Amino acid sequence: MDAVLLALQMVATPTVLVVMLLSGIFGMFVGAVPGLTATMATALLVPITFFLPPVPAVAAIVTATAMAIFAGDIPGALLRIPGTPASAAYTDESYAMTRKGQGETALGIGLVFSCIGGLFGTVVLIVAAPALAEVAIKFSSFEYFWLVLLGLSCAVFITSDTPLKGLITLCLGLLLGSVGLENPAGHPRFTFNSPDLLSGLSLIPAMIGMFAISELIRFTLDTSKVAEFKAQIGSVFKGMGGLMRKYPKQTLRGSVLGTAVGILPGAGADIAAWMSFAMSKKLSKEPEKFGTGHPEGLVEAGAANNSALAGAWVPALVFGIPGDSITAIVIGVLYMKNMNPGPMIFMNNPQNVYAVFIVFILANLLMLPLGWACIKASARILRMPRNVLMPIILVFCLVGAFAINNALFDLWILLGFGVAAWVLEENGFPVAPAILGMLLGKMLEENFITSMIKSDGSWLAFVERPIAAGLAIFTLLLWGGSGWLAWRRRKLRPITDPVPA
Amino acid sequence: MRIHDSLIGGVLLLLSLAVLWHIQGFPPAAGQQYGPALFPGLIAIGLGAASAVLAWQGLRTKQPWLVLSEGLRSPRHLAAFAITVGSMVFYILLSETLGFIVCSLVVLVALQWACGVRPLLAVAVAIAATLVIHTCFYKLLKVPLPWGLLQRFAW
Repeated sequence: MDAVLLALQMVATPTVLVVMLLSGIFGMFVGAVPGLTATMATALLVPITFFLPPVPAVAAIVTATAMAIFAGDIPGALLRIPGTPASAAYTDESYAMTRKGQGETALGIGLVFSCIGGLFGTVVLIVAAPALAEVAIKFSSFEYFWLVLLGLSCAVFITSDTPLKGLITLCLGLLLGSVGLENPAGHPRFTFNSPDLLSGLSLIPAMIGMFAISELIRFTLDTSKVAEFKAQIGSVFKGMGGLMRKYPKQTLRGSVLGTAVGILPGAGADIAAWMSFAMSKKLSKEPEKFGTGHPEGLVEAGAANNSALAGAWVPALVFGIPGDSITAIVIGVLYMKNMNPGPMIFMNNPQNVYAVFIVFILANLLMLPLGWACIKASARILRMPRNVLMPIILVFCLVGAFAINNALFDLWILLGFGVAAWVLEENGFPVAPAILGMLLGKMLEENFITSMIKSDGSWLAFVERPIAAGLAIFTLLLWGGSGWLAWRRRKLRPITDPVPA
Repeated sequence: MRIHDSLIGGVLLLLSLAVLWHIQGFPPAAGQQYGPALFPGLIAIGLGAASAVLAWQGLRTKQPWLVLSEGLRSPRHLAAFAITVGSMVFYILLSETLGFIVCSLVVLVALQWACGVRPLLAVAVAIAATLVIHTCFYKLLKVPLPWGLLQRFAW
């Protein structure tokens, strides 16, 4: 209880509250501008959080991402351009509602059910994380090895459309993660005698490059024109009570699925939204209404994408394994702030964990007033000239990446990863596994080598402990199942089919 | 820009072979069976195998070797792309000598111009944004942004 009170004191300071408010406004803005994603909002915030104490730093990221995921619905509903990929699943549906004159209802659903989903995910985080941490404390290098491998496998096989390409980017990430001195043997690897590479490739500039610079490059080559929206929006909260009474099952289902998808490493809010929208249509009593501006799917998917955000924090806090690309960045920030994630954080610094929980609740509640204001101001935000905004973001990225280590070399990393991520994405390679590989490579190697030394090279020791054996079975089943599915899919599809460009 | 899967697979296969060759030079860890070459070696084998499958799958499809997106075929967009990458290289190479303020102004004006912003507006935005970013990072967050040419006027 003392820890909870301490956490409350840590959060209820003017610094934290002001930081939350400002980052909330920033998140709304980034989410509402098409082309800027919630992950980009996090990446852009990192250089600022670097200079903040731990609790406001985490609060800034939590608030900004929660707001951005909701705000992505706004241009989706009004212009049929999703603000963030997490809104893409139901953009057609919400735009259809706007065309029917129900724009405010579509936006209201996004706001209210995002808040409900976010709070649900937070409750799961509060309940599940400490319970899991008690189990995790008993884990040895064998369990951690399988857990990391399972997490990486999930990122490749479950969450990517093209598992082979996901596997390739994962391997690239793992290779890049092995650069430097920091390996169990302490031997400089792939450094080519460059002192800049001895401590490895800096993760934060790499992430800013992958998530922000690649977007900027895509923007410069984008030939489509953004439509303008001028109309005024009416009352957004009208009719929400009725929808809550009409779709309680859908709200719960979306929240549960969203949280579960969030917990899976590698899968984030966007996959949660796609899956729950599809599930809503499949299980609906009126599936024929989908596509005509029907609120049911919006309720379910709107709740799902925000609950996924909190879900992703469960493995991040308990094991140090990110649930999505946002928590991948967060883990970097937590290490930077000496709030090393893992089960020990629950024992050594419970107040920090409770502070994160409180921040989550506050951020989701703050979403209602800020979201309302953002919807009201949406016509102005949507008119924001992106050709002025993007160059400013580029300079911000350059300064931000430099600020982490005050090293110009990091800017080469920024540029290299930005261009590489753009080329990879253009060719259908998912980049999230690469980031997970870079982040978790050291953990995987350390636990692998430690286990091999402990067991004197016996592979059997990897499956002798019950939890390790369970995790091993899961991992192998996932590999086997995905391989079988891929083989079946190829068998059913004639090989002469041209691949869409 | 879509490149043929076989090309990408082939290049990555070469990369994994290069890694496998390079790690042969890693010394074994003192007193241990498992040296620094083990882990990168396993990953390189995985990467090599996956790249070979990708290359093989690519060969079985009737995919063109290179498809340029609409943006890459439009001179205006291509110029904007080149200016974006070029201005980053410019900043990295010259920010120590010219200083943050000069480099930021050049980068912002060039990029906005490339994106079709009116010159006067571009200059005004560049000055305002540079001063705001400089104040935030240099004054408030104490990031040592270089002054370069403007060292004498440092504030």
